[in-house]
Amino acid sequence: MRSSIPLAQAPAVPALALDTVWFQVAGTLCNLRCRHCFIACGPTNRAHDYMDRESVRGHLREAESLGVRDVYFTGGEPFLHRDLVGILDDALRIAPTSVLTNATLLTPALVRELAALRDASRYSLEMRVSLDGITPEQNDPIRGPGTFDDTLRGAQHLSDGGFLPIITVTQTWDDADDRRLREGFHALLRARGIERPRVKILPLFKIGREASRTRGYAPEELLTPAHMDGYDPWLLQCSTSRMVTSRGVYVCPILINVPSARMAETLGASLRPFPLAHGACHTCWATGATCRN
Amino acid sequence: MTRIATLQGDELEGGIALLGGPYSNHRALRAGLEDARRRGAARIFCLGDLGGFGPNPGAIYPLLAARDVTTIAGNYDRSLAERLHDCGCGYTHPDDNHYARLSYAYTDRHTTDEQRAWLGTLPDGVRFERGGRRYLLCHGSPRRTNEFLWESACSDAFLLRLARDAEADTIVCTHTGLHWQRLLPGGVRVINVGSIGRPANDGRPNVWYAWLAPGSEEAAFIPVDYDHEAMAAEMEAERLPAPFVETIRGGWWTTCLEILPARERARGRF
Ligand code: SF4
Ligand code: SF4
Ligand SMILES: [Fe+2]
Repeated sequence: MRSSIPLAQAPAVPALALDTVWFQVAGTLCNLRCRHCFIACGPTNRAHDYMDRESVRGHLREAESLGVRDVYFTGGEPFLHRDLVGILDDALRIAPTSVLTNATLLTPALVRELAALRDASRYSLEMRVSLDGITPEQNDPIRGPGTFDDTLRGAQHLSDGGFLPIITVTQTWDDADDRRLREGFHALLRARGIERPRVKILPLFKIGREASRTRGYAPEELLTPAHMDGYDPWLLQCSTSRMVTSRGVYVCPILINVPSARMAETLGASLRPFPLAHGACHTCWATGATCRN
Repeated sequence: MTRIATLQGDELEGGIALLGGPYSNHRALRAGLEDARRRGAARIFCLGDLGGFGPNPGAIYPLLAARDVTTIAGNYDRSLAERLHDCGCGYTHPDDNHYARLSYAYTDRHTTDEQRAWLGTLPDGVRFERGGRRYLLCHGSPRRTNEFLWESACSDAFLLRLARDAEADTIVCTHTGLHWQRLLPGGVRVINVGSIGRPANDGRPNVWYAWLAPGSEEAAFIPVDYDHEAMAAEMEAERLPAPFVETIRGGWWTTCLEILPARERARGRF
């Protein structure tokens, strides 16, 4: 199945500004191995490696000079990184910061450290927790045995520490069930003592491990210049953000396994148009979805 | 942003009242304008979003006219003027959008063609010089009418970039409904004036506006009490959603909460 088209035929998204910088801080390393993971992370995947604190600092300094609004850390699982707390400290001095985690490694002691960072900063520290079902029967076949309970325990630690975690769900169901599932998540979280549940639903990107779980993109799901006619490029996160990994600066958090999506060594050099030649671009275009909070 | 009005005049050196979204709360707006008059405001600005949330949106227009308020278009005003199908608030969450749709439909039904035409004449921003500083007044941000500038979600670096791109020393905005200001390194100031029509999610029913006293470039945030019970009763009579009425009475936001960053959300009750 073809998942990209010749670059010359693809419409380009302009680089409007650098509002958001992502860090693939734990590379593609994760303690889980979710079946829909669009970047196919796992315990041994070193396609992208851990980023050391000094290198993150360098990119943060450059981001600040470019007027970055907010910063996101993801992986893999960021809390596998032994310097993560220090790195978050560096980030929170510069900008509002979000961490995307599966929460399975969070302990009360670690949450206390995070709360101290949060309270010392003028900016919000957001914790985003991934969960993919309202029962173990729904979640665990996708995310792995026992992950439902482990993740909810982590989310409860966050809640106990005064965080309002955003539970992030990948949409693996039909649109028709949307409202019911959303309410289901709210009820589940309330039942676990999380009084003010926040739930974000992300579309499924049919790449990485997900491409083999279901199917990849069909040729008609590729963008042509006509798709961008009258479309506000602002709605695509790649017009205002970039992703930094151990291997350089990529156009967005979704395409880090696509060699042509690597744009430069530095953020500044990466601020140029990008051809939307990939199946995943169609999902962004059609849903208007953003990986931001 | 496309249409920016540039103002000149000695009165700009005097006291200036900066009012955020009235959201159809004509009782609060009247009280705010009266407070500004008592302070001797030389000029009054409203930063847009006249409709939504409250009852009888038509009551806002004569109040603005009577006090000669210079008004900027908010996303709500743009949507009504252009007969769009939603308020263009920029919410991204279905729960937020649910209530946003209800209040937009109500305001849309109660807006006349004449009012739409007038909204269509409003500028997207206003510029002037005051005390040697370049002011830019806008609704959301200098670059997007519906961009949310929340205190805990805007880095210094970002605000400095916005000010530099807008060639402004002071940016004044609303759209979030929560007031704050920040003096940035180098002297740039950002003032979010909050909302004159909706309480500030702090458990108190009063509303707020921003006041620049003569000779001062630092804003004072002025709490304004008004007959919120009468407003609540009027909203009930118009059968507006009960959660909106609860906000007017209790001062806590009950809807459109998903857009709030962690810190602002944690301060509220819901
Ligand atoms: S989806 Fe998240 S938790 Fe699951 S394997 Fe991928 S990175 Fe790890
Ligand atoms: S996948 Fe989405 S965010 Fe990434 S380049 Fe394509 S459209 Fe932009
Ligand atoms: Fe607005």
